[in-house]
Amino acid sequence: MPPLKVSYLKNVPPIQKELKLSSVRFLQILDEQGNCNEKIKPKISESTLREWYKLMVLTRKTDEKLFVLQRQGRISTFAQVKGQEASQIGSVGALQKEDWIVQAFRETAAMLMRGVPPKNIMAYYGGDGRGSVYPEGTNMLPIAIPVGSQIPHAVGIAWGMKLKKEKNVCLVYFGDGATSEGDFHEAMNFAGVFQLPCIFVCQNNQWAISVPRARQTASASIAQKAVAYGFEGIQVDGNDVFAVYAATQQAVQKARVGKGPTLIECYTYRLADHTTSDDAKRYRDEKEVAAWIKKDPLVRFKKYLEKKKIWNTKYEEAIQKEIEGIVERNVQEYENMGVPPVEYLFNHMYKEMPPALKEQLAYIKQFERKKE
Amino acid sequence: MANLNIVEALNLALKQEMKKDSKVLVLGEDVGVDGGVFRVTQGIIEEYGENRVIDTPLSELGIVGTSVGLAIYGFKPVAEIQFDGFIYPAFNQIINHVARMRYRSMGKYTCPLVIRAPYCGGIHALEHHSESMEALYAHIPGLKVVIPSNPYDAKGLLISAIRDPDPVLFLEPKRIYRAIKQEVPEKEYTVPIGKAKIVREGTDLTLIAWGAMVREVQAAADQVDLSCEVIDVRTLSPFDAETIIESVKKTGRAIIVHEAPRTCGFGAEISAQITEKMITQLKAPVLRVTGFDTIFPLYKLENDYLPNPERIIDAIKKVMMF
Ligand SMILES: Cc1ncc(C[n+]2csc(CCOP(=O)(O)OP(=O)(O)O)c2C)c(N)n1
Ligand SMILES: [Mg+2]
Repeated sequence: MPPLKVSYLKNVPPIQKELKLSSVRFLQILDEQGNCNEKIKPKISESTLREWYKLMVLTRKTDEKLFVLQRQGRISTFAQVKGQEASQIGSVGALQKEDWIVQAFRETAAMLMRGVPPKNIMAYYGGDGRGSVYPEGTNMLPIAIPVGSQIPHAVGIAWGMKLKKEKNVCLVYFGDGATSEGDFHEAMNFAGVFQLPCIFVCQNNQWAISVPRARQTASASIAQKAVAYGFEGIQVDGNDVFAVYAATQQAVQKARVGKGPTLIECYTYRLADHTTSDDAKRYRDEKEVAAWIKKDPLVRFKKYLEKKKIWNTKYEEAIQKEIEGIVERNVQEYENMGVPPVEYLFNHMYKEMPPALKEQLAYIKQFERKKE
Repeated sequence: MANLNIVEALNLALKQEMKKDSKVLVLGEDVGVDGGVFRVTQGIIEEYGENRVIDTPLSELGIVGTSVGLAIYGFKPVAEIQFDGFIYPAFNQIINHVARMRYRSMGKYTCPLVIRAPYCGGIHALEHHSESMEALYAHIPGLKVVIPSNPYDAKGLLISAIRDPDPVLFLEPKRIYRAIKQEVPEKEYTVPIGKAKIVREGTDLTLIAWGAMVREVQAAADQVDLSCEVIDVRTLSPFDAETIIESVKKTGRAIIVHEAPRTCGFGAEISAQITEKMITQLKAPVLRVTGFDTIFPLYKLENDYLPNPERIIDAIKKVMMF
């Protein structure tokens, strides 16, 4: 039998004479004072700017509300997103509805932007699986808690997009800590080998619980890891919504024309504790946090909008009120959901409930349900 | 003697073993500066420094895989996996190397390491933070599986695990980490691995459990007008069949309680061993009160999932009326 003709047997790479490391770029467009490098700023309509700002405020308010709910025992542990809003809003902003998003567990802004209502987030962290059922067309996988485990899924989705000859892309979020897991490396490798339309967005918020970024990798940047997998990596100011948007837009354009994946490292900061179970004072310097508060993505964006006369205090008051209303309504809706019926323990294990599960369900129904 | 909870007892065991043996290392995610997310390793880095208490990169495979090398090279790594649901990236290492290095090198190389991980539900935790997959590990030949249920045993068993010449998976019932306080001797002592414990003597029936379920079983035993013998298995592998068989010989009835899923749970193994060895002496079928064959649910359903005294008493009635 003649050997199968497959392209990868023909494309044996030549021996490299010299190792060329593409230098990793760093991109910032909007600085801490709200000064904007208009020359490189992508074109964004005023209505989009307003929408992004509202989303940032909605994210903050939802985050703050979740925190209060947690402290009052109305939900359990969750991870605050505070400080990372621009990394998420800028990147989702560069996607189309048909594109997919694979999240980790700190993507509140991305979820809200994608149309997942705050009540879903409340329900999920309130211990109710119904929170993971997002509205139709969201094209976003549920929260993934095991660090890094979601990254290969995005590569698989992107692969499917390529096989179906679509022009869609898949974007995946993960943290700096996740880059230490094999899942990250194996996913990156597949994406490179098969030239998949996958955008890897690492939100490097400098910490993985108590472990600083320097303990995760000896590399100078996370972005440069892309080079080893044969594609481009770029580091952006993750608190600069324009830089994140610009980098993602470029990556998306590239991916849509079959030019493969990109790794975007959003250099940002986790302003809150790791989760509501954590106390960051045990391991990080308050001064560091204070320095990063000055780089707050929301404040920076607001300053810019003010300079552009898009933002003023009246506008702020109006949207604050509107958003508080949205958040409160969502709290109500979440609490009206009540405790899920006991069937939910067994439903959705399989398409059809096997006999053993039917028996177990009948068994548990004999008992009165224990209150919390 | 000091009145300690499980976290404090484990902490004391680690400190004492580190003092005694300079080859003992503690490594894992957030075990150093933060003292572990449950504070089991609190204060140890201050005493023994960052070369012996190591905040690793976020990689369970790395933690366990490098522990294999460290163990082969003469160290005694005590690796912490932050939560039950995150051991799996290391599963390849555990099953293919940790558990078989002695066997496949004909005893030339060994892996005397300890993998500690909190396990079990009942604390309103996030997804993947409430798993009871002990049967997966008990199914691995070459790996010892130890689960304490109280502070005294926690300390003594962890010291035994660290000194053990073979690898030990040490599962800590997080639900009762701080729920029980007990007099724990200041001095070093060991509790033998591979030995179950009769925690309450009785003659009517034998209740068998481990980890956080021991407490539930005790509560059920308190509520029935029967003489219950309660056994804390303590080590799933190697399993102490003898203590259990001796007890069931006396009572003729047995109920096994575990929160892990029912099918292929360790209760099935215990039930099989009892029936294999003494079918003719049984007065009733061996029953199991277990978790369900479902994913461990998000917390609003966790009370529906977890075995409780009411469900245990229901089984007791069935066994007694048989
Ligand atoms: C596989 C795995 N190991 C450990 C954990 C516990 N854990 C949850 S978040 C976290 C740190 C994650 O750091 P990073 O990837 O930087 O994301 P961040 O929390 O900073 O957003 C750890 C160790 C987990 N969820 N999954
Ligand atoms: Mg991080």
